[in-house]
Amino acid sequence: MVVFEKTKGLTDAPLHYCPGCTHGIIHRLVAESLAELGVLDKTVGIASVGCSVFSYNYFNCDMIQAAHGRAPAVATGAKRANPEKIVFTYQGDGDLAAIGTAETVHAAARNENITIIFVNNAIYGMTGGQMAPTTLPNQITQTSPYGRDTTVVGYPVKVCEMLSEITGASYLERVAVNNVKNIRAAKKAIKHAFENQIAGKGFSLIEVLSTCPTNWGLSPEEAIKWLDENMETYYPLGVYKDKYKEEK
Amino acid sequence: MAKVSFNEDRCKGCGLCVSVCPKGIVSLAKDKINAKGYHPAGVIEQDKCIGCASCALMCPDTVITVER
Amino acid sequence: MSEKVLMKGNEALAEAAIMAGCRHYFGYPITPQTEVAAYMAKRMPKIGGTFLQAESEVAAINMVLGAAACGVRAMTSSSSPGISLKSEGISYMAGCELPALIVNVQRGGPGLGGIQPSQSDYFQATKGGGHGDYHLIVLAPASVQEMFDMTFKGFNLADKYRVPAMILADGTMGQMMEPVSLDASTIETYEKPWATTGTAEHEGRNVINSLSLSPAQLEQWNISRYERYAAIEKDEVMYEEFMMDDAEICVVAFGIAARVSKNAIVEARKRGLKVGMIRPITLWPFPKAVLNKAADKVKAFLSVELNMGQMVDDVKLATGCKKPVYFYGRTGGVIMTPEEVLSALTKIEKGEAKQW
Repeated sequence: MVVFEKTKGLTDAPLHYCPGCTHGIIHRLVAESLAELGVLDKTVGIASVGCSVFSYNYFNCDMIQAAHGRAPAVATGAKRANPEKIVFTYQGDGDLAAIGTAETVHAAARNENITIIFVNNAIYGMTGGQMAPTTLPNQITQTSPYGRDTTVVGYPVKVCEMLSEITGASYLERVAVNNVKNIRAAKKAIKHAFENQIAGKGFSLIEVLSTCPTNWGLSPEEAIKWLDENMETYYPLGVYKDKYKEEK
Repeated sequence: MAKVSFNEDRCKGCGLCVSVCPKGIVSLAKDKINAKGYHPAGVIEQDKCIGCASCALMCPDTVITVER
Repeated sequence: MSEKVLMKGNEALAEAAIMAGCRHYFGYPITPQTEVAAYMAKRMPKIGGTFLQAESEVAAINMVLGAAACGVRAMTSSSSPGISLKSEGISYMAGCELPALIVNVQRGGPGLGGIQPSQSDYFQATKGGGHGDYHLIVLAPASVQEMFDMTFKGFNLADKYRVPAMILADGTMGQMMEPVSLDASTIETYEKPWATTGTAEHEGRNVINSLSLSPAQLEQWNISRYERYAAIEKDEVMYEEFMMDDAEICVVAFGIAARVSKNAIVEARKRGLKVGMIRPITLWPFPKAVLNKAADKVKAFLSVELNMGQMVDDVKLATGCKKPVYFYGRTGGVIMTPEEVLSALTKIEKGEAKQW
């Protein structure tokens, strides 16, 4: 009996991500969730700008490619036009937490019935490793070559914590894909986020801590370890909000 | 009888599967280079596989199929 | 023919959009277009439509993009500074080949400018505005009735060619009240097999996208879109000719400037000046052929605009510089009087005017 195989939620296109980049794992978890919930053929995904820009080639459903940071607005339009469809965005940290902050916050405030998959790897990957809004204090990047100096550029944005103060938002959880146990938990969270949307419960955002071996300058295995030791302490995993927990 | 198979041409040789196998049976084939130019991951001692699918869960490129 | 009702231009436009089947409006308040949003806010909830006040113009246009991608008739409206913000999304919609209606009730600029009527977004509307190789279909109403009629036209053309359409109005068109007949104009419907409605509803996956890292492919996309632009230029030009039969001077003006010019022309005729007007209704495609033909008959052209002369180059190009082109305009929210236009015409007649 097959206990694990590639989900039909993904197309057959080989992923363009660097070796060991955990975007691929997150893609798979999203695709598996949609397939298992039986909603793949009524899903519209919104690709963003950054490393995941090509996600429209990978998710085996209808896709719209959005401008940098605008995915939640595009998703809002798509969902309002097609309320019975499942609409999700897949965004990185530069896209969601810098240029798209307003779109993210206001989609949450409206409790827009969409699901946001937010991939936080603390760096801009596609453009070659610049400082992200989520880059850790003292972390070295191409545009913080002496380490992120918080006296000059301030502190990282903690998206789940920030959004948890917004009355509208329904479900916020931070997960990671740095080991098998966390991957299972991440899958559960992503699936729950889609279940919320199916049930009409509104805005869900799953923040997924992810690696960027290439731009962190580490091997895939070292990158996993760096995530364990640095990101998980700054960005604690857990449920930040679940308005409908009691009903479950 | 657990069986794990690798779609070698999709593999980028990142080795994350190697790092999570509880039985330590997954390895990168240093003597092989796939179409992408990587040493693909694989298992030689299939009989030791317990079909836990850890390797498949950790794989970013959906290279691995697990049967049990 | 139904009875005429007295309506504001902005409200006539909003009602027309609803009658044309638009059920998705996304906007952001800005003077002098706010009545469109206010009208939609009142009407949409009563008819099962969506009115959404976005967090910004940027968000609003991207909501339009998302809705348009799913195949519905969607629109936004704004005024000049807001259209600058929307330009990113408009470029993406052009690249993604998405039909929608964008309304610009122009005010003075640049920058925050003013809130009085202007036509100083002509370049922005007809020459791009956003980045990349693209055009919008640009319609310029000159009455409240045309605010109503052009809204239907805009949706129809957008759907027909998968090109975003813009109504380039101005503060006077938006704010003034005139009797308008609310007879539904023709609603043309086009299949949208490309819409992202879920794979259950169509063959294969639909992907709405403007990105290609292959220069050859991106070039091909642009070329094929320009083939459609060529078809639009061939088939969809609209203009009005006024007293052109024996005209010796041809005024070229659109929107409110054309209304003022009409009065000036009537007065000029009384004084023996043979003046007529060609009023572009589509600013893109520009009525090149009719202007070129007119250049063989008239002695001179006068472009009358509420800006510093943004349309003059187009008039010169269309007429092949066969005859002198003059310009008269006011800007910053000032509207010219018929007397001022008449004076400009008189100067041309006397050979005292300076060519552009």
